[in-house]
Amino acid sequence: MWISIATAVVTITGIALAAGLVLGFISRRLPGNSGDLVERVNELLPQTQCAQCGYPGCRPYAAAIVDDGAPINLCPPGGDETARRLAALLDREPLPVAESASPASCVAVIDESLCIGCSWCRDACPVDAITGAHHFMHTVIASECTGCELCVARCPVDCIAMAAAR
Amino acid sequence: MSNEAVSAAATFDLGKLHGGLRLPGEKEQSTSRSIQVVPVPAQLVLPLTQHSGNSAQPIVGIGEKVLKGQLIADSDGVLSAPVHAPSSGKVVAIEPWPVSRRYGDPAPCIIVECDGLDEAVELAEPIVAYESLPPDTLLQKILQGGIVGLGGAVFPTAQKLMQASTLPLEYLLLNGVECEPYISCDDMLLREQPLEVLKGAQVLMYALGIEKCYVAVESDKPEALHKAADMLAELKDERIVLKPVPTIYPSGGEDQLVQLITNREVPSGGLPTDVGCLVQNVGTAAAVYRWICEGEPLISRVTTVTGDGVAMPMNVLARIGTTVADIVAFAGGYTDRAKQLIIGGQMMGKSVTTDRVPVVKATNCILVMSHVAPPLDERPCIRCGECAVVCPVVLQPQELFWFACADDEAKLREHALTDCIECGCCDLVCPSHIALMASFRQAKARIRELADEKARAERARRRFEARTLRREIEEQKRDEELAEQKRAAITAGPKEIQKMVERSKQRKRSVGRTKKDPGTDRGA
Repeated sequence: MWISIATAVVTITGIALAAGLVLGFISRRLPGNSGDLVERVNELLPQTQCAQCGYPGCRPYAAAIVDDGAPINLCPPGGDETARRLAALLDREPLPVAESASPASCVAVIDESLCIGCSWCRDACPVDAITGAHHFMHTVIASECTGCELCVARCPVDCIAMAAAR
Repeated sequence: MSNEAVSAAATFDLGKLHGGLRLPGEKEQSTSRSIQVVPVPAQLVLPLTQHSGNSAQPIVGIGEKVLKGQLIADSDGVLSAPVHAPSSGKVVAIEPWPVSRRYGDPAPCIIVECDGLDEAVELAEPIVAYESLPPDTLLQKILQGGIVGLGGAVFPTAQKLMQASTLPLEYLLLNGVECEPYISCDDMLLREQPLEVLKGAQVLMYALGIEKCYVAVESDKPEALHKAADMLAELKDERIVLKPVPTIYPSGGEDQLVQLITNREVPSGGLPTDVGCLVQNVGTAAAVYRWICEGEPLISRVTTVTGDGVAMPMNVLARIGTTVADIVAFAGGYTDRAKQLIIGGQMMGKSVTTDRVPVVKATNCILVMSHVAPPLDERPCIRCGECAVVCPVVLQPQELFWFACADDEAKLREHALTDCIECGCCDLVCPSHIALMASFRQAKARIRELADEKARAERARRRFEARTLRREIEEQKRDEELAEQKRAAITAGPKEIQKMVERSKQRKRSVGRTKKDPGTDRGA
């Protein structure tokens, strides 16, 4: 009887060891799924590309969260809702967003009578929503504007204001 | 003869409808009189949006004289239907006016003061036999008639037909099933104008190349069935078959009717055209006939005025734009007990706050009730499953209700909330009196909102990524150019470099000169 017990113990221990070795080997050799995770984090971000988080856009911020462990509460347009969803996805502590969220659904409007056509705002727009040739009047494509306000500070003649969308 | 025709349409081959309710009909009151014609009122109110889709654009000015049948607001060319003047007169205003679509809140309307002459406009093109027109031209012509689905959804008919014409179709279903209590306008239309309905069906069949048409009528409307059968026997059109269907609410829903008649299930999120069927209301078919064969656009409709708050319940033929107050006055006025005004049926209609709202293309019923059902206190769900038993779309309302409370969008989608037809059967049977339909309506709006937001974010993401890529490529190009210049300078030697510096200094000076010259500063 003792022999059969010993055989069973040895066999099962052997199987467990072998499985452990194989799994350990696989998890080291196969590529991790961090790229996939970055995409999923990016999907939760509001895509305003406003750079208020300190990174040059939503995708870079997503990469920083996943790869460098950046805090998840840096996104004012997303607000607490986004922070909560990120916390659920990444299994981290939900943190309140430091800055208050700017009023949503705003778009930039250029006062076209004041525009000097410097094209600085056009270069600042992260989603190419400002159009106009150099030295000519510029305008905002309202349907594409995410309301990130990045163009407002760049304008040398202060002709850009934020207005409620529609 | 007529009996034969009815029995020839066998009913044992009907498909099975899940759930549904047998509701009291309440239709006898309004079907005892024939359809009465309401005289043209002094003023007509024509909302610019009488259809689903984009609002029509007015093409007349204030003070302009218009004639009966004249185009006064044109469709935007995407998804819209034009509006015609229902009588002759003068445009006195284009301003917000209470409409039933917004529960009595104002929306833009064209207001026409009638001159009482009822002078008709001359047709732009003469009426020709529809068989002589190619189907495409016929569809374009239907588009100009301002015809929309008269069953209640008011989807522009021409656009529905054009979308359908690209698909293989087997059956045209004419929907004469008014499953909601009180409404009887399709019943009366079939009793009094069966020829127009059936000829309209022939026009539609020709336009779409369909070879089989079923006219569905509830089996508790024997008179309408007989009149239609008699007319069919006279027409001798073998392609059209009359189908009596059981009186179960909501068998008149588009998908439900397809299921009943052809035993084919319309896929989730799909349309009847996905299973080879096109459904049109009988009133729509009659409107198509009147426009194509008689040249009269959609400027009037049959509507039911009923309920115990009206002195003489009846069906009336009214010009579009006649106010509900005028029509109720025509039907003998309100009784002392009148309390609540509903436009549409008891189940899916809209309760409005004022009777100044006009009759529009969608108005199939004006219901004046003497009692307002008091809201019963809502109790917690006991998971009895009654709602799932009656749901005609085979959803699980009790589950959906939980997810709606939790605002769980993913689960709501998974459980196909978007397929809910808002029939209200679950509300009626719920022993806890939970307002299920209201919460589903709200949840559906929320889902649409989230989907919009997501689509916007997705577009912003794509644009951002495209821009990032473009900047990377530009930077790479600039780096390459600089490296190239550097290499060129090194191979050329110090003398050449000296020359280059000279050239660049000269260029800078010339640029400085032009900058001082205001004339050339903003040229180009």
